[in-house]
Amino acid sequence: MIPVKFDYTHAETVDEAIKLLQESGGEGKLIAGGHSLLPLMKFRLTEPGVLIDISRIDQLKEVKKEGDRMIVGALMTHNEASKHPLIKEHVPLLADTVRQIGDLQVRNRGTIGGNIAHADPAADLPAAAVVLEAEVIVQGEDGEETMGIDSFIIGPLITMLPENSIVTGISFAIPPAHTKSVYLKYFHPASGYPVIGVAAVAGVGADGNIDYIRVGITGVGDIAFRAESVEQTLLGQKPSKALIQQAAKLAAEEGEMGSDLFASAEYRENLCRVYTERALSSILL
Amino acid sequence: MAIENRKVTVTVNGQERSAEVEPRKLLVHYLRDDLGLTGTHIGCDTSQCGACTITVNGDAVKSCTMLAVQADGAEIMTVEGLGTRNELHPMQQSFWEEHGLQCGYCTPGVMMAMIGLLKENPNPSEEEIREGMEGVICRCTGYQFIVSAVQKAAKIMAEANEKNDQKVAASQLVGEGNL
Ligand SMILES: Cc1cc2nc3c(=O)[nH]c(=O)nc-3n(C[C@H](O)[C@H](O)[C@H](O)COP(=O)(O)OP(=O)(O)OC[C@H]3O[C@@H](n4cnc5c(N)ncnc54)[C@H](O)[C@@H]3O)c2cc1C
Ligand code: FES
Ligand code: FES
Repeated sequence: MIPVKFDYTHAETVDEAIKLLQESGGEGKLIAGGHSLLPLMKFRLTEPGVLIDISRIDQLKEVKKEGDRMIVGALMTHNEASKHPLIKEHVPLLADTVRQIGDLQVRNRGTIGGNIAHADPAADLPAAAVVLEAEVIVQGEDGEETMGIDSFIIGPLITMLPENSIVTGISFAIPPAHTKSVYLKYFHPASGYPVIGVAAVAGVGADGNIDYIRVGITGVGDIAFRAESVEQTLLGQKPSKALIQQAAKLAAEEGEMGSDLFASAEYRENLCRVYTERALSSILL
Repeated sequence: MAIENRKVTVTVNGQERSAEVEPRKLLVHYLRDDLGLTGTHIGCDTSQCGACTITVNGDAVKSCTMLAVQADGAEIMTVEGLGTRNELHPMQQSFWEEHGLQCGYCTPGVMMAMIGLLKENPNPSEEEIREGMEGVICRCTGYQFIVSAVQKAAKIMAEANEKNDQKVAASQLVGEGNL
């Protein structure tokens, strides 16, 4: 399968990428790892006139800790992120999530920024992004702006990325030190993408009650969501099997379950319950 | 719109190659059709099967999901770069001895994926080898013999590295006048 003809350029800096986007008059498309874009182009589902390769912009491959946030450069590959010492130490949920993306070859090419910018409803990363209160750092014609993950990804493959701009990094909240986290995924055996993925961070205070809880679910509908009813049921309570079972029943509450050839909405609702229960049990019991 | 070809310079199996390529040319087609390196196979063409796996700067990559222009400046290794008929690479030797193939269609990609895995993790457990094979599909072997072959290759390669390290250490000592 061969894509339709297109032109190719590459940018050495963020400013150059923005300039090339402007010059392309709407025909330009950024390419990072190409592991979402090229499959679509090979199927001719998308036909950009010019590819602007940003993969050589070294400044977008950095990871830094700034206070209680971890800033991950957009061009970090999934594999690099899963092994990065700062990420493993401070946001293990992120390392755990990207380690479960696709396969080794995919993780060697696919990037954190590309995964978020592509906004695939079946992607893994958005579950961790909603749990870690991610902010998307965007550089555009008028300078830099930061957008919360909920205002950036607004639908399946739909983002609010402004015209002629580029995601330079994602900022993730570092959860309190006493918390534990997990990403639990039920993947489609052929594609490797999640039919459901549950990301959770939980902590128990000195009094034995849950004092920190975040649950995010991806893969079941158009968009990843925080399971707030689950969180509210657990917060301030003593962890127990019965409590987790009761909370997990509400896992599908904030989401809209999709129905497709992989799974029916009813089945997905059930998966939300089962995987939330398993994920929470693994870090709270 | 007239689209220009782009100049791409890559090192393939240790040899520098330069060519003007159409931007839409996939790396796998460049390797097979332009360089005649047909050891790299195309199985699915949809990024699933891993038959097209090569290493790019040491990392296992599916060459059907990369453009030749994206590889500009990279070091590429294909199965042809592993060993020669007279001097097989430990990975090839082990696939042979452990019967890690039947029809052989998947084999070049599987071997290159496993070269990539051993770079990440030189001493993988059986489970880690199985996980490392997520990105390849073999329709013949049932994978068990591939796992055995990779275990053997990892062992041979680790021993060779150890010997190498000892040699280097010894030559350093000589250099320092301690021997
Ligand atoms: C076989 C296979 C299996 C996969 N399995 C999974 C899986 O299990 N889970 C999962 O989550 N993902 C999976 N993926 C997708 C993979 O994670 C992608 O690599 C990732 O979603 C996109 O990253 P990329 O760098 O390849 O982006 P590209 O393909 O280069 O780009 C994707 C889109 O994002 C835009 N873009 C990229 N970078 C930026 C940027 N910095 N700023 C603005 N826009 C940008 C591009 O213009 C394009 O529209 C799989 C892919 C393949 C091929
Ligand atoms: S041909 Fe590239 S993954 Fe199948
Ligand atoms: S040996 Fe035939 S596909 Fe693997």
